[in-house]
Amino acid sequence: MKYSIFSLARNALSYHRDWPRAWRSPEPKKAYDVVIVGGGGHGLATAYYLAKLHGVRNVAVLEKGWIGGGNTGRNTTIIRSNYLWDESAHLYEKSLKLYESLSQELNYNIMLSQRGVLNLAHNLHDLRELSRRVNAIRLNGIDSEVLTPEQIKARVPILNTSPDSRYPVLGASLQKRGGVARHDAVAWGFARGADRYGVDIIQNCEVTGFRLKKGAVEGVETSRGYIGAKKVGVVVAGHASVLAAMAGFRLPIESHPLQALVSEPIKPIHHSVVMSSAVHVYVSQSDKGDLVIGAGIDAYNSYAQGGSFPVVEHQMGALIELFPIFSRLRMLRQWGGIVDVCPDASPIIGKTPVKGIYFNCGWGTGGFKATPGSGWVFAHTIAHDEPHELNAPFTLERFTSGELIDEHGAAAVAH
Amino acid sequence: MLLIECPYCGPRDEYEFSYGGEAHIVRPKHPEKLSDEEWADYLFLRTNPKGAYRERWCHAHGCRRWFNVERDTLSHQIIAVYEMGAEPPRAARKGGSKP
Ligand SMILES: Cc1cc2nc3c(=O)[nH]c(=O)nc-3n(C[C@H](O)[C@H](O)[C@H](O)COP(=O)(O)OP(=O)(O)OC[C@H]3O[C@@H](n4cnc5c(N)ncnc54)[C@H](O)[C@@H]3O)c2cc1C
Ligand SMILES: [Zn+2]
Repeated sequence: MKYSIFSLARNALSYHRDWPRAWRSPEPKKAYDVVIVGGGGHGLATAYYLAKLHGVRNVAVLEKGWIGGGNTGRNTTIIRSNYLWDESAHLYEKSLKLYESLSQELNYNIMLSQRGVLNLAHNLHDLRELSRRVNAIRLNGIDSEVLTPEQIKARVPILNTSPDSRYPVLGASLQKRGGVARHDAVAWGFARGADRYGVDIIQNCEVTGFRLKKGAVEGVETSRGYIGAKKVGVVVAGHASVLAAMAGFRLPIESHPLQALVSEPIKPIHHSVVMSSAVHVYVSQSDKGDLVIGAGIDAYNSYAQGGSFPVVEHQMGALIELFPIFSRLRMLRQWGGIVDVCPDASPIIGKTPVKGIYFNCGWGTGGFKATPGSGWVFAHTIAHDEPHELNAPFTLERFTSGELIDEHGAAAVAH
Repeated sequence: MLLIECPYCGPRDEYEFSYGGEAHIVRPKHPEKLSDEEWADYLFLRTNPKGAYRERWCHAHGCRRWFNVERDTLSHQIIAVYEMGAEPPRAARKGGSKP
């Protein structure tokens, strides 16, 4: 069913009791041309673009829990493309462009809100670095500008820009096209889109091993039995190393908790997204009215989707420093996701030592913004058995050749 | 929240410690003799297991000494604490992550 004002009206007549399911829930077939492991946004987008753009429709997405239940449904949904290096800028900008028409493309409202993302500078060095970054980004044709404290104050009146504060705000970069979107809707929209092209979305199906023959993949062992596959695309975020171990190789990745929390809902007061890498906090306000707040990763390796209290405490300290007005707000919920952190804070998207197995991981704290772009290039990589030029630099081999794409400046704090 | 038993000071709150990542990665004596693959392996590749994991901690706000911990990365249970340079305790060695 196409979603429209008419289908809404029609379904209102039956009190919204007869909406059809947005995607099927089929039994797994014996074999597929392509199996995607991981039903997060990236995996579902990959399946969608494989079916839509590359005519590969005998595809299954295997998800051990429920789709979008990993980092996709746990993230703070900040979207932007203001990355320093050319390689990253092109990849994230492709993604932002796809986001800008995604609701129409999928006939599913992903609630993209391009309200502008501000990154604050709190010392002279930050300010110079930020200006250099803005210039580099503009050279790549991506919108970006530097704001003075007065201009920041005009945009975000509740921000503490007093020169007397412990970490004074000296400036900010602004990407006006940046913003937020509804995370669940991105996963669900891609799932519904992929399903319409015949992709099987199989939930509660955990991949527990690979069946290999002479260095090439034949299929996957799962909690629901063996499933044959000519090609396997693995997109499991924090579990990338676990799946790599099953296939017999190691990755330059470590898994850490990243926490977020939301406050009680309040009336609209914060209309943009503010991030600060120096004091380690970022905040936006959701359409429901709650503040959505994130910070940096917990220091130690973990697969427990929780996190430690000191990080929350630190994050609240930073929030109150920037927004004294929030000091009496109560926090409602806290949670964590397991993020796949790469040494150069850039993703790995491409082939692996095993023929027919492709990995897409290492997005760490910042892959939501890349969801459509990541799926788009990964689908190309799987269909053609070679990367698209946009993801060609993001190989696993870069850790051997030394061609790292060091985005730590942009990604040191979660987003 | 972890309660970590510093071998020198006893049990202390996680807040007092800093983290040093995977343990038992020995810096190669002659890096210039390594291939790029071996160097990348030393520098970047990690086991990152879900389960028992050997890692280094430093009691940064206490005695400031480094030591090893074997910890389960899913349950956060601390399985063993042992000194820098020591072999992992026997009980912990079974089923633990590869050194
Ligand atoms: C608290 C937090 C805040 C964040 N904030 C932002 C932000 O503001 N902006 C931004 O751009 N990014 C942000 N991120 C990062 C972003 O969420 C991720 O990079 C992105 O969502 C990753 O998408 P994915 O589809 O690759 O992973 P996921 O959504 O995690 O999907 C992977 C799926 O694989 C499944 N899986 C794992 N193992 C198996 C198996 N063996 N078999 C089958 N399935 C398996 C998991 O259950 C999971 O559903 C944040 C992350 C967190 C945790
Ligand atoms: Zn001590």
